[in-house]
Amino acid sequence: MSKNNVGVDIPDSILNQYDYKPYAGAKLGNPVSQRVAPQVRAQFGENKVVNSIADVVKAEVKDGMTISFHHHLREGDQVFNEVMQVIIDQGIKDLTLAPSSLTNVMNDMVVKAIKAGTVTHITSSGMRGSLGDAVSHGALKSPVIFRSHGGRARAIETGKIKIDVAFLGVPNSDAEGNANGMTGDAAFGSLGYALMDAKYANKVVLLTDNLVDYPNTPASINQTQVDYVVKVAQVGDPDKIGSGATRFTKDPKELKIAQMVNDVITHSQYFKDGFSFQTGSGGAALAVTRYLRQSMLDKGIKASFALGGITKPTTDLLAEGLVKKVMDVQDFDKGAANSMHTNPAQQEIDASWYADPFNKGAMVDKLDVVILSALQIDTDFNVNVLTGSDGVLRGAVGGHQDAATAKLTIISAPLVRGRLATIVPKMTSITTPGESIDVVVTEIGIAINPRRKDLIDALSHIPGVPVFTIQELAAKAEAIVGKPKAIEYTDRPVALVEYRDGSLIDVINQVKD
Amino acid sequence: MAETEERLRRTMMFVPGNNPAMLKDAGIYGADSIMFDLEDAVSLKEKDAARDLVYEALQTVDYGNAEKVVRVNGVDTPFYKDDVRAMVKAGIDVIRLPKTETADMIKELVDDVASAETEFGREEGSTHVMAAIESAKGVVNANEIAAASDRMIGIALSAEDYTTDMKTHRYPDGRELEYARNVILHAARAAGIAAFDTVFTNLDDEAGLIRETQFIHQLGYDGKSVINPRQIAVINKVYAPTKAEIQTAQQVIAAIEEAHEKGSGVISLNGQMVDRPVALRAQRVMNLAKASHLVDEEGNYVEE
Amino acid sequence: MEIKKTALAGTLESSDIQITLSPATAGGIQIDLDSAVASQYGDEIKKVITDTLTGFKIDNALVKAVDKGALDCVIKARTIAAAQRALEQTEPAWEVL
Repeated sequence: MSKNNVGVDIPDSILNQYDYKPYAGAKLGNPVSQRVAPQVRAQFGENKVVNSIADVVKAEVKDGMTISFHHHLREGDQVFNEVMQVIIDQGIKDLTLAPSSLTNVMNDMVVKAIKAGTVTHITSSGMRGSLGDAVSHGALKSPVIFRSHGGRARAIETGKIKIDVAFLGVPNSDAEGNANGMTGDAAFGSLGYALMDAKYANKVVLLTDNLVDYPNTPASINQTQVDYVVKVAQVGDPDKIGSGATRFTKDPKELKIAQMVNDVITHSQYFKDGFSFQTGSGGAALAVTRYLRQSMLDKGIKASFALGGITKPTTDLLAEGLVKKVMDVQDFDKGAANSMHTNPAQQEIDASWYADPFNKGAMVDKLDVVILSALQIDTDFNVNVLTGSDGVLRGAVGGHQDAATAKLTIISAPLVRGRLATIVPKMTSITTPGESIDVVVTEIGIAINPRRKDLIDALSHIPGVPVFTIQELAAKAEAIVGKPKAIEYTDRPVALVEYRDGSLIDVINQVKD
Repeated sequence: MAETEERLRRTMMFVPGNNPAMLKDAGIYGADSIMFDLEDAVSLKEKDAARDLVYEALQTVDYGNAEKVVRVNGVDTPFYKDDVRAMVKAGIDVIRLPKTETADMIKELVDDVASAETEFGREEGSTHVMAAIESAKGVVNANEIAAASDRMIGIALSAEDYTTDMKTHRYPDGRELEYARNVILHAARAAGIAAFDTVFTNLDDEAGLIRETQFIHQLGYDGKSVINPRQIAVINKVYAPTKAEIQTAQQVIAAIEEAHEKGSGVISLNGQMVDRPVALRAQRVMNLAKASHLVDEEGNYVEE
Repeated sequence: MEIKKTALAGTLESSDIQITLSPATAGGIQIDLDSAVASQYGDEIKKVITDTLTGFKIDNALVKAVDKGALDCVIKARTIAAAQRALEQTEPAWEVL
């Protein structure tokens, strides 16, 4: 048994069997790693276009391989289910599924593929719903490996994830495989996560419903990387890809939290001309962007860049000149996707450029302020975004661990949700170390990480923003909801949570029924 | 008048009595008063359940420093007596009587409250009352209503029913409420109690809410009823004193303290006498400044 | 005390709990609980319901409880309302509140 840097006891058997080191801290030094390169089969202008997924699968997918997908089409994705059904039908077994993440629309198909023996290993950013439930109750023999977006990029570059075949849905492509995410019925904007697969998979299969004239520009994925272009009826349901017209929350509790998050940002030393920020999606995050806009106007402050997953309120700031550049790894709504098409100051970046800890400098390293969410926060400021209070998988690491390395990391979360406390003495799993977290903002006030004496000085006297210790917040939450019974687990690990550097931050066990 | 120390009542937030989610969160928005509604917000079939729910919430939910008010069902309903008894037993701060038309209605309420205090072992006189005026008759009798009992802490205009009674409806400029607003305000001031303005119902019209609040603030109202927590910050901002007002108030208070130290009976500031109204206004400005987070705990102005 | 008829109180809204009481002649208080937080708070929810019904001196009852994340005070209030409706009592239960 080894105790890692966030106090988790990790059995040596797991460290040995899966070749892990225990998480040792968020400061990584300057690690040196060796990159791998994909296998390339040269082509000389032969026809890459095929009309049948089955033909490609038959030719390229073999038992025991690793296959990948991206999740840029989110809940509108039609590629994943179509391809997986073909693979199941062909009786292929023992695959490792290595998508950038899994959305709800994929859940039932993954469960089906597990039951069929088609998928026996999974690595992902997250999982929810029926799939999370199945895995948490032991549906897979091997534990799922959860990696952050930056961690996945690192694992792909260093060969920890070796993708044999990548199936990538795109809203446009020419016959040679020059493609981008910006136009077409299923346009979703940045291809940030998929770019890793296009660069490193041995075989790259594009699927598109929109075959355009050669050469297609601007090309995010280009023909040098692509083996096949498959014409399908539809890659995604446009209504479900993004959240459509983004609307600001009217929930008074979310607004109150957002107001306090903005107060924390504007009273910190980082709120000055040329600062950078990342907000993410969700009602409170969008409201923060609105408040932040007003503060920037009031103080005459402009941001040098906004990073990460982008929403329309952020691209509005770009259009207004309050943000100089948007560095875009994915777009959460149509407005943000359209803006990438029209505004050259909105730069598409891949997951490595965004957040990889093993490259020669990622954008998160330059990030001043980030607002992140949490399912749970413990009294050491560790954050859980993967498992619910019942211990069942229902979330995703996403860029959480990566962006949390920003200079000011703010977690915005309600003190309680329904009858569940958000701030608790012990969480059901740890995703992001408390070392990275600076301020927790709830509807009743904030808690500042005692490691940050400078922030305690700067943020302790904001009018209308009460400051508590994290222990006080946990006690207040428990006073409202009562003391929960501890979740019971079996000895069997169902998931391994990597820190962004590939060390092991937590092991999630099967929940007892 | 039931109180000696003046309490800020800029906002009285309505909370439907049968809604657990809203009861749970009502304390976090900084409303000066929270009004749990057993009347219009609760259907006839759920009157019993709402009463039970508000009762139990009052036992356990932390509403901070907010004044806890309950709007009981009217005296002419079968729910009224049990509402009053249950809320007195629950330890409510204020019982708000809807559709108050005469001083006798308040006296009846006060008798019911007093006997409930005895029945449930509550300190005599600890439960306050207030009246909502919702008809022409109520406006005409406002003076007597406001002065009906020393348990009275306030009188409120409820404009929806009132305008119906007046054979009109609400207009954006509020001219139909001019008479009622002035009468109710005078009745309150003459009796030394608080005056609450009616709700502003269009949640999406923030400019309209600001306009109406500025108007009733100018008249002299203590505050407004609110139907959504989002309105609280908007109203508080209208009630926030200016920097000049705060500085004047600080000078007045300093002059008073200096005079006390010197044992001087006459207090003056810049050659002007500081009399009781000036002193009271200074105290009120400082209370508002603190509540608006414009001064810190020591009373120093906070530079934004 | 004997429950006279089936009665329910509460809604299926978030933070509420819907309690349905039905007559039973034996078997004590039997609770069928449906709750997303059953693994953490199931025992506590059942205890609040049982204690509250015991306050009414109800010895036997079938209870269907559909919980949407209610706090204890809500569970108690809904149980009281359901019990009073099932017992056809109109005067508030002062000793149970």
